[in-house]
This record gives sequence, structure tokens and C-alpha cells, in this order.
Amino acid sequence: MNRAALLCALGLLAALAYPLLVPNYLVTIGMLVFFTAFIGQSWNIAGGFAGQTSFGHVVFFGTGAYTSTILQVTWGWNPWLAWPAAMAAGGAVGWMIAVLSFRAGLRGSYFALITLAFAEVFRILANSVPFTKGGLGMLLKSDPRPINFQFKDPIWVYYLALLLCVVSLLIAWHLTRSRFGARLVAIRENEDAARALGIDVFAEKVKVLTLSGAMCAAGGTFYAQKYLYIDPGIAFGVDKSVEMLLVSMVGGAGTIFGPLIGSFTLMGINEVTRWLASVVPALKNVQPLSLIVYGIMLILIVARLPDGLMSLFRRKRRHA
Amino acid sequence: MFDPAFLFAGVLNGLLAGGIYVLVAVGLTLIYGVLHIINFAHGSLLMLAMYAVFYLWRLIGIDPYAALPVVIAGAFGFGFVLYRLLIGRYNHGRDENILLITLGLSIVIDNVALLFFGGDTQTIDVPYAGTFVEIGAAFLPLPKIISFAASLVICAALGLYMAKSDMGKAIRAVAKERQGARLVGIDVENVFAVSYGIGIACLGAAACLLMPTYYVTPSSGHAFVLVAFTIVVLGGMGSFAGAAVGGFIIGITESLGGLFLGEQLGQIGISLIFILILLLKPTGLFGSKA
Amino acid sequence: MLEVREVSKSFGGLKAVDRASLDVAPGEIVGLIGPNGAGKTTLFATIAGFHRPDAGTVTFEGKPITGLAPHRICAAGMVRTFQITQPFAGISVRENIMVGAYLHTADRHLAAREAEAVAGLVGMKDQLDQRGADLTVAGRKRLELARALATGPRLLLLDEVMAGLNPTEIVEIVGVIRNIRASGVTILLIEHVMQAVTSLAERVYVLNQGRMIAEGTPAAIADNEEVIEAYLGRGAAKVLRA
Ligand SMILES: Nc1ncnc2c1ncn2[C@@H]1O[C@H](COP(=O)(O)OP(=O)(O)OP(=O)(O)O)[C@@H](O)[C@H]1O
Ligand SMILES: [Mg+2]
Repeated sequence: MNRAALLCALGLLAALAYPLLVPNYLVTIGMLVFFTAFIGQSWNIAGGFAGQTSFGHVVFFGTGAYTSTILQVTWGWNPWLAWPAAMAAGGAVGWMIAVLSFRAGLRGSYFALITLAFAEVFRILANSVPFTKGGLGMLLKSDPRPINFQFKDPIWVYYLALLLCVVSLLIAWHLTRSRFGARLVAIRENEDAARALGIDVFAEKVKVLTLSGAMCAAGGTFYAQKYLYIDPGIAFGVDKSVEMLLVSMVGGAGTIFGPLIGSFTLMGINEVTRWLASVVPALKNVQPLSLIVYGIMLILIVARLPDGLMSLFRRKRRHA
Repeated sequence: MFDPAFLFAGVLNGLLAGGIYVLVAVGLTLIYGVLHIINFAHGSLLMLAMYAVFYLWRLIGIDPYAALPVVIAGAFGFGFVLYRLLIGRYNHGRDENILLITLGLSIVIDNVALLFFGGDTQTIDVPYAGTFVEIGAAFLPLPKIISFAASLVICAALGLYMAKSDMGKAIRAVAKERQGARLVGIDVENVFAVSYGIGIACLGAAACLLMPTYYVTPSSGHAFVLVAFTIVVLGGMGSFAGAAVGGFIIGITESLGGLFLGEQLGQIGISLIFILILLLKPTGLFGSKA
Repeated sequence: MLEVREVSKSFGGLKAVDRASLDVAPGEIVGLIGPNGAGKTTLFATIAGFHRPDAGTVTFEGKPITGLAPHRICAAGMVRTFQITQPFAGISVRENIMVGAYLHTADRHLAAREAEAVAGLVGMKDQLDQRGADLTVAGRKRLELARALATGPRLLLLDEVMAGLNPTEIVEIVGVIRNIRASGVTILLIEHVMQAVTSLAERVYVLNQGRMIAEGTPAAIADNEEVIEAYLGRGAAKVLRA
């Protein structure tokens, strides 16, 4: 236990020192690792801990990104105020999808597919309604001052992403030691038994999807503030849903550090292929290679290593 | 806007598209009905078959319709082997597992396609593409009509095969009662692999019928996967009649949605139908169980 | 304590439970027996809120609970176990039992302590760190019992906790059930095999083809002609007597 705490402290120190020691390009890579780990964790809370696999988590991400952007562009809100509003909107969408789907008794694959369809509906709507400016997308005016949730120095974006990631890790850690978390795991492992033991399965599932939706929406706003542009394909595209699922599944669904490890791995593979493409001219177009590797990892992990890469660490520890 | 001739053309166009959707959905529903798995790689495998048709035409000059036997046979073999090597081995445990494995498969296929074929949109120029047939007030492209007719013939042939052949009977027995089928000596694993192969062979046929009027890109799979699932859920998971009726309904919905709501918003009908069916009547129109 | 009145439950055309009634008084151990497919599990599931009855009422400690959700009924103080054991396979025995204990406390340490106490009671002290999936049949049965017990029920519905156990294990679990009753928990238990019931229950109900055909002391039930015929087939009672 103490050793784990020491490792966490060392890891945090390294993460804090890292951007001071490397060039900006690597700072941004680090930022992406923590950001992806954060939205991955939002998936993991519902998909990993509670076992409610979602294929359309991007619906929350996009809701967050669009809510805060519209509030700023159209209504002149300050982004720091728009951020909690975006989270509330993401939570509300999570609540709505959960109530509808779980009332109808959808489970397993059916729940996964209906979330995909919800994301698709949102994508098409964002593409068609006037207040999102349709397929044109929305631009945020660049004015890099902290009060505007925009930063000149990427180091601050990095630290913010790190903060989000740490908060998400604390939430996951709390789930491993709270009654709420124990109930989610019980629901994942066996709904009937959970029900017999007094768990209000419906209410807990609604709660967790609301929480997950709010978290993911926070990530959406963060993304919009970083890139100052969103469009329906970015905000509601299936790629982000898959990314969140992938990092959690590969790292270890239902574990605290799974999404972070998965995010590290994904970014690592990405960078290696990018580097290969830049040094070997023949491999100029090998970008898809990283996703191929990742798809294979997903298959192998579901088939052989249900607890993800995390279980490799654990196994090693047991041997030691 | 509500000109009846316009509407008539829209419905006809939808019916024609629906004919091919039926073929795609029949493959998916067969796999579900027999193996009880949700094949999320369905769209990606269709895309792969479409590239096969495209390259057969581009490299050897084979007309897409003439390619039917080759592509169907190839797709069957591909599906059969895929089942033996991957799907069949891990078809146990939680039902999401196979969904995730087929998701992984679709990610791999999509990106392999991107890697080898590039991201460009590819089309086939058939000499008869510009030929139109006049039906009532509607002008319909000849290849769409050929494809429609061919799709119906192939579905009928498949129906006949399922009803009359020994393998077809075995497949239906396994779909109904897999333990019982095992007890009477049916090689259930083999039936599974054959069923998966036939499901993918349907995609091979659909690819040949689509290419004369459609295009392919590595992300074409995405466009079809939700359509196929909607049809199957609408008709009732595992139901052939349901897949047929659902295919036409979705074809018409898509066509009319495009006419009345525009290119963008028109696509919303499919996702909404999918959601509403799952929420309100998960057994679909013809299904017996969710 | 528990009053079941004229409860019926059908699946399609099949009347699994047909106007069955039974009563359990506080402090009793009551048995419910019947041949395969008699409808025992269905009756349990209906009482515990897993099925909504087609007709009839269920009253627990004077309060109507007919058609209430299972988690409500559990919170009210009545909990069932599953004949086909349903462990939380991926987590430890301790965590399994803690889920039950969390019904009445949100405190993790308290829940863990209670889980250990309950594990001691059912003889699982040495298996606390095993995964649910790694338990033997006997272990799974005990886990069912332990989890249910950890919710702190006043009435425990046990569905064939002895089936599939060897004689030594049965003797052990009979002792465990006696201890549970001694600690103030009322018990209604299903057993397929009559022998197991006779050593525990004061009163026995017999269900056959959905209908309650007899009620009485184990000794009286063992002599009941209708019961013997239900188990052995028509005419069996005469043959036995001859
Ligand atoms: N969910 C269900 N759907 C349809 N039929 C069911 C269902 N549950 C039980 N049955 C049927 O109801 C009847 C009663 O079953 P039940 O499990 O209650 O019997 P039981 O007395 O517990 O038998 P056993 O001693 O085998 O446990 C059986 O014919 C069974 O097949
Ligand atoms: Mg039973």
C-alpha cells in the first residue's frame, strides 16, 4: 500500500517536472496523453467499473464542446463559467440516455449500439441545425489570456490536462473503495444478484452514466479551448468514441490506471509510427499502422487478457 | 415539394436501394440468428468486398456483375476462415466480448484499407451507367434496376438453399436448438463457420451490386454498419422476413428523408428508427426474442 | 411474518405457480419441497419481487409487498438466494459479501468487518481472498448464503443450498443454518430432497405442478399419500403400503 502511494507520488513529481525539461512539441504530446487518459477514464467509469460498454461516448464529449462554445460565441459567456454549464449539459444527456435505455431494459451489446445511434443523431443534428453553424463548424476567437481559458505557453495547457487526469484518477480510486463503486462492480458482475442484495440497479446505472457524461463533457470543453475550433465530425465522430473505449480496454477496463496506461501506449505507438514515417521515406503513409496495431491489441486483450495491460503489472508484482 | 411524381420517384429509388440493403441485412441477421453474435465488422467487411470488386475491374477489367461468382466465393472463404481463426475461438463469455472483438476487427480492416488503398474515393465506370429506364414519371438508372433484380434473385436462391439443402436444414436446426442439434450429430462448429461464411458471402454479392452505382472509401463501412443494424433490429434480430421488409422500409426512409429533409438531416431517420425500435419494441416487427 | 395468498404466475401457457399460499411465523424454519419443475423457484422469485405475480398478494411483516422491486424487498428485510448460484465472479469473496453488507452501511471498514464476521459464520474464513469464480460448488452455495446474510435480513429465502453437496458438507451447512436461526433470522428453505428438510424444518409445504398440495410436520408429510404420489408417480402410495 505504502509502496503504491510512493510510486504515485514519484509519478506525479515526474509529470510535474517533465514539461520543464523537454521541448514544446513533447509537452503537447504529454498533454494529449493526460487528456486522452481523462476522457478514457470517463468511459472507464461507466464501461469498465459498471460494465456498461458504450460505443457512443463521444455524444457527451460533443455536447460539452458545443455547449461551452455556443455559450461563448453566441451568448458571450466567459469560458470558465461555460465549463460547468457544459458539464451539466453532458450530465443531462447521460441521464437522458440512461433513463431511456435502462428503462427499456437494454443491456450489453444493445446498450453499446444504442449509444452509437445517439451519437449519430447528435452528429447529424449538429450538422443541420443553425445554432451550431452546421458542417461549417464553430471558431472560438483567439485571445490567449488565462481569464479566457486560453494559454500562450503550452505548459499551462499541459498542467491543466494533468490536473484533469489526476482528478479522474481520484474519482476512479474513490470508486474502488466506496459503496457506490462496489455497487457498480456488483452490477457489472451480475445484475440479478445485485438486485437481490438490495441494489437499485436502475438508479445506480443512471447515476454512473450521468457522472460519466459530465466528466466527458468537461473534456469536450477542454478540447474546444485548446484547438479553438470544433465541427460535427470532430465533436460527435465515431473516432473519439473508439479512442476512449480503446485506451480503457487496452490499459485495463475497470482499473484505476487502465486509461492512463492505455493512453500512454496509444500515444507511444502513434509517435513511433510518425517517427518511422518521417525517417523512412518508403513509409510515408504508414499513419494507419498505429490504429492497426491498436485494433489488434484490442482483439488480443478481449480474447486473452480481460484486465488489460494492467494485469501484466499485477502479475509481475505477484511474482516478485 | 409534395408533387406525387416526385414522391413516386423517391419511393422507387428507395425500393431499389432497399433491395441491396436486404442482402447486407440478411447476412447480418443470419449470423445473429445462428451464432447469436453481433458482427460489428459487417460494414468493414462489406467495404473490403467493394474494394475487391473495384480492383477486379481496375486491374483485370472484370465487370462488377460478372465478378459475382468470384467475389461471393472469395467472401465465403474469407468469412469461413475468419470464423475458424478468430470469431469462433472467442465466441463465449459476455456478449459484449464478441462485439468488442469485431470492433477491433473493423478498426484493423478500415486502417489496412487506408494503408493499402489510400483515402481516395473510388468508383467504377460501367458502360451502361448512363442508361436510364422510364417507369411512370420516374427515370431510373439501369444498373440500379439490374442490381435490384439480382439482389432479389440471390436472396431467393439463399432462401431455397436454406429450405432444401442438407446444410441449410442443419443451419436452421442449429439456429433453433443448438444443444439438440449437437445431440443428433450435427457438427455445430462447422455449421457456425459455414453460416458466418454465408453471411459474408452475402456482403460479397452486395458489393458487386453496389459498385456500378456507388463509390467506395476506407470509411464506407461506417456508412453501412448502422444501416444494417437498423434493418435487422427493425425486422427482428434473426428474422429473414424481417430483414427483407426492414431493408425496403429503410431504403425508402432514407430516400424520402433525403428528399424532404435534405442531404444532411435526411440521414437522421435511420438512427432515430434504430433508437425507437430498441426502446419501444426490441423484438422488432418479426422477431421472437430481443 | 410472511403471508403468501393465492399467488399465481404463468409463463406463456404454463402455469408455473397456481394459487399457492403459505405462511411463515417469526423464528421458524419452514421447508418448501416438491418434485422437479414444481414451481418452487418461481414462487420464491415471485415473493422476492423478481416476477410480478399474475394474481395474489404477498405481505411481509404486515406490509403489502406484492410486485415491489427486489431491492425494495431486500431493504425491507427479506432476501433470497439463487438455486443456480450467481457469484460476482471477478471479485473476491470478501468483496462479494461486502456488497450485501453495504445495504445498511456506507462505511467500507465496517462492511469489511461484517463480511469477515459473516464469513466466519458460514465457514468461509479461509476463502475471503479467493475470487468468486474460483470457488467449488459448496463454496458458491456458502457464498450465496453469506452475501444474503450480510444484508441483515429478518427472513431468509434459501433455494436449494444443499443440492450438489456431499454428506459432510450437508451436515456442515445444516449446522450453519441452525446457527443463523439461533441468531434470530427466520428461514424459508426450498429443498428438492426431503431428507434434508426433515432435519431442519418444523413445518413443510409441498408444491406440485404449481399447486400447494400439503402442509404439516415433516413426519406427517412423509406419510401423506398425495405427496408420495407427487414424488413417485400415480399409484406409488398403494404400492408402498402393500
Ligand atoms: N423464466 C421462465 N420462463 C419460462 N418458463 C419458466 C421460467 N422459469 C421457470 N419456468 C418453468 O416453470 C416451471 C417451474 O419451474 P421452477 O424452476 O419454479 O421449478 P422448481 O420447483 O424450482 O424445480 P427444480 O426442483 O428443478 O428447481 C418449469 O416447468 C419451468 O420450466
Ligand atoms: Mg428450483
